Amino acid sequence: MTPLTARHSPPMKSHVTSTINGEQVEFLCENRQSLLEVLRDVLQLTGSKEGCNNGNCGACTVLMDGVPVNSCLVLGVEAQDARIVTIEGIARDGRLHPVQRCFLEDAALQCGICTPGFIVAAKALLDRKPDPSEHEIRFELAGNLCRCTGYDKIVRAVQDAAKAMAK
Amino acid sequence: MATVFIPAQLRSFTGGADRVEVAGMNLRQVIAALDATHPGLAERLTRDDALAPGLAVSIDGAFSNRGLLAKVGPESEIHFMPAIGGG
Amino acid sequence: MSPDTHHETKREPAGNGKPYKVIGTRPIRHDGADKVTGRAIYTSDLQLAGLVHGKILRSPHAHAKIKHIDTSSAEKLPGVFAVVTAKDLPDLRDKVADLGEGRVNLAHLGANVLAHGKALYKGHAVAAVAAINPHVAEEALKLIQVDYEPLPAVTWVLDAMKADAPLLHDDLHTEDMTGQRVSQNPNNASKYLLFEAGDIEQGFQSADLVIEREFKTASVHQGYIEPHVSTAYWNVDGHLTVWTATQGAFTARHQTAELLQIPISQVTVVPCEIGGGFGGKIPVYLEPVAALLSRKSGRPVRMVMSRADVFEGTGPTPGSFVRVKLGAKKDGRIVAAKAWLAYDAGAYPGGMIGPGCMCVFSCYDIPNYKVEGYDVVLNKPKTAAYRAPGATQAAFATEQVVDELAERLKIDPIDLRLKNAAKQGTQRVGWPDYPRIGFIETLEIAKNHPHYKSPLTGKNRGRGVAAGFWFNIGLKSCASAAVNPDGTVTLVEGSTDIGGTRTSIAMQLAETLGIAAEDVHPRVADTDGIGYTDVTGGSRVTFATGMAAYECGLDIRRQMAERAATLWDCEPANVTFDDGTFRCCDHSITFKELAAKLNELGGPVLGRAAVDPAGPTNGFGVSIVDVEVDPDTGKTTVLRYTVFQDAGKAIHPSYVEGQMQGGTAQGIGWALNEEYFYDEQGRMRNASYLDYRMPTALDLPMIEAVIVEVPNPAHPYGVRGVGETPIVAPPAAMANAIYRASGVRMRELPMSPPKVWAAMKEEERRK
Repeated sequence: MTPLTARHSPPMKSHVTSTINGEQVEFLCENRQSLLEVLRDVLQLTGSKEGCNNGNCGACTVLMDGVPVNSCLVLGVEAQDARIVTIEGIARDGRLHPVQRCFLEDAALQCGICTPGFIVAAKALLDRKPDPSEHEIRFELAGNLCRCTGYDKIVRAVQDAAKAMAK
Repeated sequence: MATVFIPAQLRSFTGGADRVEVAGMNLRQVIAALDATHPGLAERLTRDDALAPGLAVSIDGAFSNRGLLAKVGPESEIHFMPAIGGG
Repeated sequence: MSPDTHHETKREPAGNGKPYKVIGTRPIRHDGADKVTGRAIYTSDLQLAGLVHGKILRSPHAHAKIKHIDTSSAEKLPGVFAVVTAKDLPDLRDKVADLGEGRVNLAHLGANVLAHGKALYKGHAVAAVAAINPHVAEEALKLIQVDYEPLPAVTWVLDAMKADAPLLHDDLHTEDMTGQRVSQNPNNASKYLLFEAGDIEQGFQSADLVIEREFKTASVHQGYIEPHVSTAYWNVDGHLTVWTATQGAFTARHQTAELLQIPISQVTVVPCEIGGGFGGKIPVYLEPVAALLSRKSGRPVRMVMSRADVFEGTGPTPGSFVRVKLGAKKDGRIVAAKAWLAYDAGAYPGGMIGPGCMCVFSCYDIPNYKVEGYDVVLNKPKTAAYRAPGATQAAFATEQVVDELAERLKIDPIDLRLKNAAKQGTQRVGWPDYPRIGFIETLEIAKNHPHYKSPLTGKNRGRGVAAGFWFNIGLKSCASAAVNPDGTVTLVEGSTDIGGTRTSIAMQLAETLGIAAEDVHPRVADTDGIGYTDVTGGSRVTFATGMAAYECGLDIRRQMAERAATLWDCEPANVTFDDGTFRCCDHSITFKELAAKLNELGGPVLGRAAVDPAGPTNGFGVSIVDVEVDPDTGKTTVLRYTVFQDAGKAIHPSYVEGQMQGGTAQGIGWALNEEYFYDEQGRMRNASYLDYRMPTALDLPMIEAVIVEVPNPAHPYGVRGVGETPIVAPPAAMANAIYRASGVRMRELPMSPPKVWAAMKEEERRK
């Protein structure tokens, strides 16, 4: 066995400066590390989840300069100078965002593993389209897989959040 | 007398009968009584002083979890079936 | 709030005849804040000092002898801490363990975790590595040299039953229900079951219409979004702690201890929050391997499966071949039924043929029947339970033949089912008489629902109906609860929470104590923190752990009554409890007020319960679905879906609806697109979420969930299990709808666009 010894020389790391959830953050990462890996294993922001690691389930959804992305398909180094928002940044000043509140009130989660991804994607949708139709909600959220709920209560929660945010 | 419903795969022991009435206060006694009149049944239904692996037993409509110690009433109905679980 | 659920509630509260205060309401789940903010700790969120990362090397062959494994290069890679293979597991030959749902052959379980001598499916784990990070671990895997001798593979159940089929196990014989050998030579059929009643020859002769059809289903996976993940730490004192995504900490502990041949007392399993299971996270895969790597390296080891690993290395549900023959009179009475079923067991024996045989006719009262079933090993991952395991495949067959009977006899499909519906006293296949069940009520509510009464207009559209059943088990649960000075109660239980059960359990305790749901603080304990509790599965938790919470509540009430008696200097037997208040003579005190005084009246009050209620609780469901089939593409669009189910009593209706909607969505995926696609070499070719096509939000409409309540007399609050039944009816309901929309009977799953299109073209040619 070769445990952690001086012989292990890991690949070169890049120094990255980014804005994450409104705060300036600096970190080191290997070029092969995805943004998801960086968030979870380097920055301890474990709210974004790994479901497939190849961009098919949306459990790792974060906002990058306002656009929802699968962070497993973004490299950590691409966060340089970007504005990243993760699930940890959705609630502000100790208050839940209407999307989060409606997910709870409408019981739009069961195991909860897909929930962070959905909340981030739904917030981005409502920021862009404050009054989406049911079809638009389903279309925009089709990149987030849920295996527990059948999506019914998730869609209703987004509809209720839209109404709440319109007030 | 309790009624034991005989699984199809064991009816060769009972001449084709799908149920047999036996006396017994618990499952061990019931199986012993069955075996007395239909030799060989105990060897199929039990192993190492317990229900045969993979077998479940229902007494009066409820799965029993006491194995051979399960209590049997004077008019109980007993069924043997494959064990089921769930997902 | 979901506006379109209506309850048919017959209130039968436990004890006092008054309506419930907590049960039937929709409080916010207790773990909600953590789950919507990303703070809930799932297994791979857990950080431990010195954590290293493990990965598994998997067989590229569907069937091969493993001649030699050379791990020396991998061991030398800088950053690698340990490498293990099957030889690091103890000798498990001839060892058997009772793991709560029947006896398990440990040699098979161990070989499934790390292949011993043979790789039996593509994806079979062959070796494992722990390294400084997952990337180095992957590099190390590439350095492990495995010398395989590929063998012919078989991946279709009927092929595996042929005399000349490749043999997976030299020593596997066919056994009957009691374990008696019934085969001459070793073969791939590990079990043959037979259930018979009445006289089917006579029955079919007396029938006015006999229909016999054959059906095939492909392997489908539970598809939980969180992959398997386990972190193990073998401490310097020999104690092993495993943090893992499991549906049952106690079964994970037992399996892990047995596979490692160490005492259970040496193992603690901590169930973290879990991202879905549906039955697939009951067997262990990573736990023992992570433990071995930890023992060898002296470090905590985290192992996370890739999505491809999950598909290729963990149990899907059986693929199947089912032949069903039904004979009916002109008036719709089914007089004879025959079924022949062959189910995949996967690479090792012990599949779901038992429940399949017992469910195939379980909705109906049929006097003459014969059911035969085979459990067959083949070169696919060992099957694991998937929500009502074995029932969906059987229902896909029976519910379509019932539909055909209805059409040919010109009887409404729901009326035909009503005519034959199982009810209290109905004798069924290999099973005792049903107690009070709610199938007829559910059918009647479905029949009178606006969905069923509304006309369906438009081209290429059709409506389908189907019914489904699952047993639902009882088994063991423990609970303990401490009364806090502020009148709240901390509840500790051992059922991992996959869908909101910590809340439904807390609500039952709250109801028993006459306090608010918010005043019970539930937590799920690890194996050191609570008494033995069986898995979160089998639709048992709200029923059995709920019952434990209820008993715990009664224990607390008894103790607090004694304290009140001390306070008032009267006999405890004279203290009554009603509506959250203790009373004796003209004294009264609320639960909250008394809780504040406990330390002066004798000290803390701690309630406890250990229950083992008997199942089954018998869950019946009905689906009505409207579809449109595009004749140019074969694509099926779900226009409207209503799911009905007898829940006994819905403790938290939102989460009962959630189970119904979620199971329905899985059933629709199973019906329309999901399958393991195998190539000529027996390798799965679509092991990703892109190509293993599960429903997205865009594929489904709203799913109306109608909760029917025919209380279960065997539970204080009338609860029946609900989680599994919803997946049983949808594939058959979809098939029946597709037939009416397109004119073709699809008897193979999935009913994917190319298949439906081809069938429609074939039908055109025929006409």
